[in-house]
Amino acid sequence: MRSSKIGYLTKEGFKSIVTHGFMSFASVTIIVACLVIMGSFTLIAVNLGGMLDKLEAENEIVAFVEETFPEEEARALQSQIEYLPNVRSCQFESRQQAKEELAASYDDQSMFQDVPDTAFRDRYIIYLEDISLTEQTQEQLYQIIGVAEVRAHLQVAESFVAVRNAVSAVSLILVVVLVVVSVFVMSNTVKLASFSRRDEIAIMKMVGASNWFIRFPFVVEGLMLGLLGGLLAFVLQWGIYDVVANRIMGSLIGSLIPVIPFATFSAVVLLIYLGVGLAVGIFGSSIAIRNYLQV
Amino acid sequence: MVIFENVSMTYPGGDAPAIDNMSFAIDDGEFVFLVGPSGSGKTSIIKLITGEVMAGSGNLNVNGFDLRRIRRRKLPALRRTIGVIFQDYRLIEDMTIYDNVAFAMHIVGAPNRDIRRRVPYVLDLVGLSGREKRYPREVSGGEQQRAAVARAIVNSPRLLIADEPTGNLDPARSLELMLLMDRINDNEMGTTVLVVTHEKELVNSFSKRVVAIDEGRVISDGMDGYYSYEIQ
Repeated sequence: MRSSKIGYLTKEGFKSIVTHGFMSFASVTIIVACLVIMGSFTLIAVNLGGMLDKLEAENEIVAFVEETFPEEEARALQSQIEYLPNVRSCQFESRQQAKEELAASYDDQSMFQDVPDTAFRDRYIIYLEDISLTEQTQEQLYQIIGVAEVRAHLQVAESFVAVRNAVSAVSLILVVVLVVVSVFVMSNTVKLASFSRRDEIAIMKMVGASNWFIRFPFVVEGLMLGLLGGLLAFVLQWGIYDVVANRIMGSLIGSLIPVIPFATFSAVVLLIYLGVGLAVGIFGSSIAIRNYLQV
Repeated sequence: MVIFENVSMTYPGGDAPAIDNMSFAIDDGEFVFLVGPSGSGKTSIIKLITGEVMAGSGNLNVNGFDLRRIRRRKLPALRRTIGVIFQDYRLIEDMTIYDNVAFAMHIVGAPNRDIRRRVPYVLDLVGLSGREKRYPREVSGGEQQRAAVARAIVNSPRLLIADEPTGNLDPARSLELMLLMDRINDNEMGTTVLVVTHEKELVNSFSKRVVAIDEGRVISDGMDGYYSYEIQ
């Protein structure tokens, strides 16, 4: 293909964006709206996921060591506990430390003065990789000789898993539904744009234009509009996110709900938005004019 | 060259054939009027020649292309050997007169240098010098039709087809256009010309071959330039 021909067709694509200004505006608006709606739901899901990660990470189980075990032997169990597959980390806490910790939680610490250390047991504070496997890990801990009792908040763990599954399912369904709606709306917008130009396409065919000659400017146009839509959606998304995040952080629940800063995933969001915009623009435009090329 | 040999064609869902066992030939360099009443099959003949519809039976050859066996991807090559002019001009509204003509050259991959040289020449030939930068809506119907002629001939097609080209023009502009087509056929390029028209006075004022059709069949084919009043 001659470079002058590519240059001509590319120029025609750019010109077409201006000459069909209203349809260009409509297409970009649709892309922006679809991306921002989908993006907002995804970012909510990401934040909920982050929140659950944090809460999960704070969820601990406690393994008490047999009272008959001296501290040295109790400490020796650490390697066995750490060896278990679902254990992320574990921390030994001696009877004395346990007593001091309990005493520290009371205003009047003097009442613990006469309590002997032996009233407490050596213990391990254990953090898990996956809290949905808490029960199995609990059973594995009981298999270790020296572990007398394991205290795990099974119901809390189950609740976390249930919430995470619900959030994942709802956000997945929403994103799928919105993707379908976006593709439908987008393809109709492009169909409308190409319908208004069917005469132009028919004239080109009649003069002997090949399909790619007709399609090329449409693809260039779709590509540019898609990229522009992706970029505008990114800027708008960032703005909306910051406004909402500032509101939440400034409110009472802000101290309870940590909001992930947009800058953390801005590069990924930009790449996804540009990629989706590009794909929708190119495929939308080339598919939409397909019907008019069968002349 | 156009050769129809026992060609029949029925539109999908149609009861009667639009073209019924039709045979005729147009030699290179000929000027032919194709006449007939509405629904006689004139437009169907143009669609068959340009490959817009395919014949159901018979043999059809246009400028060396066998249209009974042509592949869809070869249609652009066929159409580049044909220039078509329509009653409603069919110019692209968003392009200037110059661009409407130039884009036909871009389609065949002509270098920019050739386009810059050829387009002004052809626009001058059809009397549109000075109108290059105007958009179709900014010029008269006669000028739009001449722009359509310029677009049709800019790639020096072997066959020029005009489908009711004077339908929207007054008698003076119609005569001007026909004289221009005659020049294209006779002197300038030697292009084969096929004009589909209802204008009997126009036909009868030129001594050209007239092929008359009705109900998808050729009912007369004469060299005397006579458009029978009976077949209107």
